Amino acid sequence: MAEDIAIVATALTPCYRNYADSEPSMIMSLVNQILEETGVDRYKIDFTIAGSSDYLSGAPFSFIASVDGYGASPPVYESHVEMDGAWALFEAFVRLQCGDIDLALVVGSGKSSPGSPREIFPIQTDPYVQAPLGLDPVSVAGLQANALIEAGKATERDFAEVVSRSRRDALSNPNAQVAKDVSVEDLLKAPYYATPLRKHDLPPITDGASAMLIARGDRAKELCDNPVWIRGMDHRIESHHLGLRDLTDSPSTRIAAKNLGLEVSSLDVAELCVRYSPEEIVLRQALELGTNTKVNPSGGPLAGHPVMATGLTRVVEVARRIRLGEASRGLAHATSGPALQQNLLCILEGDA
Amino acid sequence: MAERCAVVGLGQTKYDRCLRVTMDGLVREAALKALDDAGLTFADIDAIVLGKAPDALEGVMMPELSLCDALNAVGKPIHRVHTAGSVGASTAISAVTLIESGMYNTVLTVAYEKQSDGDFMWALSGGKSGGQGAGGSFAPWIRNYIARSGAPEHIGWKVAVKDRLNALKNPLAHLHMEDINLESVKESPMLWEPLTFYEACPSSDGAAAMVMTNKAGVKRSSSKAPPAWVIAHAKRTELAVYPGRDPVKPLAGVDCAKELYKKAGITDPRKQIDCAELYVPFSWFEPMWLETHLICEEGDGWKMVDEGATEIGGDFPVCMSGGVLSSNPIGASGMVRCLEAANQVRGTAGDYQVDGAKVAMGQAYGGASNYFAMWIVSSDPDPTFN
Repeated sequence: MAEDIAIVATALTPCYRNYADSEPSMIMSLVNQILEETGVDRYKIDFTIAGSSDYLSGAPFSFIASVDGYGASPPVYESHVEMDGAWALFEAFVRLQCGDIDLALVVGSGKSSPGSPREIFPIQTDPYVQAPLGLDPVSVAGLQANALIEAGKATERDFAEVVSRSRRDALSNPNAQVAKDVSVEDLLKAPYYATPLRKHDLPPITDGASAMLIARGDRAKELCDNPVWIRGMDHRIESHHLGLRDLTDSPSTRIAAKNLGLEVSSLDVAELCVRYSPEEIVLRQALELGTNTKVNPSGGPLAGHPVMATGLTRVVEVARRIRLGEASRGLAHATSGPALQQNLLCILEGDA
Repeated sequence: MAERCAVVGLGQTKYDRCLRVTMDGLVREAALKALDDAGLTFADIDAIVLGKAPDALEGVMMPELSLCDALNAVGKPIHRVHTAGSVGASTAISAVTLIESGMYNTVLTVAYEKQSDGDFMWALSGGKSGGQGAGGSFAPWIRNYIARSGAPEHIGWKVAVKDRLNALKNPLAHLHMEDINLESVKESPMLWEPLTFYEACPSSDGAAAMVMTNKAGVKRSSSKAPPAWVIAHAKRTELAVYPGRDPVKPLAGVDCAKELYKKAGITDPRKQIDCAELYVPFSWFEPMWLETHLICEEGDGWKMVDEGATEIGGDFPVCMSGGVLSSNPIGASGMVRCLEAANQVRGTAGDYQVDGAKVAMGQAYGGASNYFAMWIVSSDPDPTFN
């Protein structure tokens, strides 16, 4: 039954600390890159879908302006999710499975620089009881880190090792915002920020966008020599009550992996949406990743976190490594909500 | 399409200023009603698709995160759509594609708004800029429609009266205005020339939900009412502003209708569609959409209103439930249009049932009239049109 669907082109902006121009202008630069690379006429794309957040831009209906970035005159078949662009990819993947259309453009974009994420994100929590307390994502990540330490599943050194490796790997990523060769020992000398987390355990504040063109079956083979096939996508959510969750585990990731029949031994690379260093420990354990899988060779979100594009960027990073021949099979992960509440997995594979 | 999608359960809350429950309570109430109607439980649901208008309306960012428990979504996929005022219909369509893709067997879709938890005018204007309100944006285009079509001024009043009288037959409608008449609409305060207070929608709280499934799922469902089959759906978006754009008859609205009818095999919409729920938040949008969606010739929309063609009992009834003019839970309003179309072809619309309705249209628009989403449902999974 399942249709073969592949990524045929990808584009990323650099991770900017503060991108002075507008969100639509970031999108437009990516869409133009993709159209140029593939030679596809914008108005021959069957379906367009974007992921973004009004609250990051500080304006309701901000996504309407983003339409200017990918063009819609004459009108296009288009939709929008108020989620990371990885969920826009999920909907595009579902839509192409229907079998009547072939080509979809997927965009994720966000500018975190105009606002204060620690003030904005508490309103993701339950508005009646939790949001008034102002529990922000950094504090939740601190709770998760403490839970891991108390459960004996991780140490502060483990967190520092995630950061040291990610920052070093980011040196070879031209789009990275934070890249540095820094030792675990030096990292552990830094003061606490949200105990037991240090500032380097947090992602930077980033503006950025990512985009891709996906195609069905033969259309994918026509459009590029080395399509990256999407072998499956699934996403799951957990309770919003932190007290009802085991913060040291990610059962929603486990369910998604099981439903996809994920065989981790076959994964050469995994790009995980590690926004806070302890999340990598949780995800590695939930996915049961082995030493044969290279995790976050791009540096991951700790090297650049364009909220609403961070998850889709993970898919782009895996697809690029497969296209370059550095990997033949990989996993991309996206997340939403406090302490990895909602998780999406996407399995990618090159032509054998 | 791999799978035909059927709507087997409908659920709506009462539309009003709802201080009795939280947002969680509101969406759960609609979901439970839809499941009950379908003869199913949360355990039968494979995925949830949630829609609502801007997060700023209630001040909750990405509310799928906090509502997932109320919708028994824990351990399941929950997907969140936002396409401005058209979002309710877009959400329904996204849910349909989950079924059509063959990836999911049974899907719950929910849309809501709880305007009393927030401040719409504040949110709409980004909190600082003041803002003219939605009516202030649309009134100039309505004036342009009147100038172009030569429609008499009572057309707007007539739509307002018709939809409020229809609402008297719908116990869930927000407004129940027993004494409404052309004179009272005309005499109500002028808001945005030519729109009077009674020609504008209310601010409502409420949620709507539908259970959708494939052919095999229809057999599993124990709904007392027959399914509504989704025969066709279409969406179109255009830029909010571009040189030569016609906001009175937006090309996206024309193209969307053409695509919809083509997919459904409809060649004469006025004759082949039995009734429609159109997104009419201000009275004049009824004739404007009748023309934009090619249900009549350009310039004839107001004549259909004037002749009573769009009343229940007319040849093309519109907004039988009372429409957006009688209840506007913004994020849910588009879904309510789709839901009420399904309600008609299932024959379950009660006092506002159109006799013998077999094919119905649900439509929503949003933004600066630059987002359109529509579907056609039928009591027959493969209807043929003559």
